[in-house]
Amino acid sequence: MNAKQIDQQTLLKDEKDPLTHTPVHLLSLEAVGKHYGNIVALRDVTMAVDNGRVTCVLGDNGAGKSTLIKIVAGLHQHDEGVFKIMGEERKLSSPREALDAGIAAVYQDLAVVSLMPIWRNFFLGSELTTGVGPFRRMDVQKMKDITKKELADMGIDLRDVEQPIGQLSGGERQCVAIARAVYFGAKVLILDEPTAALGVKQSGVVLRYILQARDRGLGVIFITHNPHHAFPVGDRFLLLKRGRSIGYYEKKDITLDELTAQMAGGAELAELAHELEQLGGHSDIVKEVQNEVADVAQTGGESRH
Amino acid sequence: MTQTAVQPTARDERVTRKSPLQKLLGRPEVGALVGAIVLFVFFASVSQTFIQPNAFATVLYGSSTIGIMAVGVSLLMIGGEFDLSTGVAVISSALTASMFSWYFSMNVWVGVLLALVVSLAIGFINGWILMKTKLPSFIVTLATFLMLTGLNLGLTRLIGGGVSSPSISSMDGYQSARAVFSSSVKIGGVDVNNTVFIWIAMVAVASWVLLRTRVGNWIFAVGGDANAARAVGVPVKATKIGLFMAVGFCAWVLGMHNLFAFDAVQSGEGVGNEFLYIIAAVIGGCLLTGGYGSAVGGAIGAFIFGMANKGIVYAQWNPDWFKFFLGLMLLLATIVNLIVKRRAELK
Repeated sequence: MNAKQIDQQTLLKDEKDPLTHTPVHLLSLEAVGKHYGNIVALRDVTMAVDNGRVTCVLGDNGAGKSTLIKIVAGLHQHDEGVFKIMGEERKLSSPREALDAGIAAVYQDLAVVSLMPIWRNFFLGSELTTGVGPFRRMDVQKMKDITKKELADMGIDLRDVEQPIGQLSGGERQCVAIARAVYFGAKVLILDEPTAALGVKQSGVVLRYILQARDRGLGVIFITHNPHHAFPVGDRFLLLKRGRSIGYYEKKDITLDELTAQMAGGAELAELAHELEQLGGHSDIVKEVQNEVADVAQTGGESRH
Repeated sequence: MTQTAVQPTARDERVTRKSPLQKLLGRPEVGALVGAIVLFVFFASVSQTFIQPNAFATVLYGSSTIGIMAVGVSLLMIGGEFDLSTGVAVISSALTASMFSWYFSMNVWVGVLLALVVSLAIGFINGWILMKTKLPSFIVTLATFLMLTGLNLGLTRLIGGGVSSPSISSMDGYQSARAVFSSSVKIGGVDVNNTVFIWIAMVAVASWVLLRTRVGNWIFAVGGDANAARAVGVPVKATKIGLFMAVGFCAWVLGMHNLFAFDAVQSGEGVGNEFLYIIAAVIGGCLLTGGYGSAVGGAIGAFIFGMANKGIVYAQWNPDWFKFFLGLMLLLATIVNLIVKRRAELK
């Protein structure tokens, strides 16, 4: 792999925020690490998020993606390194604090309460109220109207804001969660595997919302294990493996094939083929894996030219 | 890749207008409401006395003594927890008020206020331990239930020297407290116990809180999915602890009624009543797993309980059958709830 890796130190030192032209990033992580007891979940991860840019975090299961976003979203605290928001060093102690700092996360399990109506979910935790003192109550009609309008703006063809959100499809729920984050003034949007459980068409819809959020000037962190989803929308790519960063690239410095090859990990595949061979009896599977290895080697070779 | 605007949404042809009947059928308490009507018609047809105003006032009174607690228990259940200590907590509250006032020869109202503090504290401790340990509420409140049962008996004997609290009927403030917690109002020639009005007021307040305030939104959320709620910034711990304290408040109201309806409290009472409150909430459409239900449902559940309890007597049947009825209704109600939940989650 000869894709030019970003020199992380210099990048973080000198690059300017593309929208504000200030020399700080919206978010930046420098050599951040996290361990649970004696288990190291994340080590030495460096990345940056800027306005109007999509930073993709790629990695297989257990690579540390979830730990990384939990740190950014305030669910966990990092043990090592520096985490800066707008150039200011921070350690977030709760999701509320992260929200107040403009960081909103849309989780894999969506953080929606499936039995509750869409509008209640949309405003959950940030309900609009009217009235004073003991008569302070929710402004139900206003919340319903806003929910409807915001979702329409995101292009979500909504049936009825009163229906339980559990009745929506996975893609629609994803979009409600994104629209919610955008409405509440998120500056950074974290999307945890938004396309993982979706079909091809639904994934396309969600990817389009990611671009829409980016065009509205949000910094997006897009977490996925699928380079085919990450590459078309991403501006930067951080690759994680077993809790470590194995690469950090600008889009201009890497191709989809290289990204896939890095993700697939040619060496691992070869190892797998070898193991299967030793076990014996799975000749067709072995052949398949060997073909895969050849493929990966080839794309790696091609990119060298 | 910026052509993100999708077709504008006009009035959607996929949504047919919901008739009021369909809307009603979507409510959590509908199963209980149907059950209550069926039961009412049934008892009205088998017993002449059942529909007479006096008998009905008695049914309402019986319902209110369950219903007052069912308000708190329903909210708690919607918030995803339940409390096994409620039955004895009522007695603890009554004992606190009577023993304190009696031992220090103070105005009864001082004891009443102290009982409120104690009841809220019991609720707080339940909730706090639950949040700290993350144990199931079954275990935590079972422990509280056992401890309170023991404390009720032990302290009453230690301080009063008997199994019931000493009479406080001659003490200062007794009459005024009795007027507040246990008196009756004449409506159309029928004495209606004022617990009925307290009950209705509490259901109204609870419904309003649940459906129209932020806290109500949080209650649904912490019961439906506590992790999701936390992730969007809902104060999960405070909400749940608050719910346990609301249950404590209900226990105080009922405890004060129990105390002033007579003038003494049996220290061993209350055991087993916690299930009646839970049954009322479940019959009323609250999901045992949380996130779904209503305060009105709990009230209807309590009303069903009151009707079955007294109706069997008015129909001059053997009251042995009562428990069978109760069990059957619980089963039917839970099945209805299950169907409702499936319909909401899947489609």
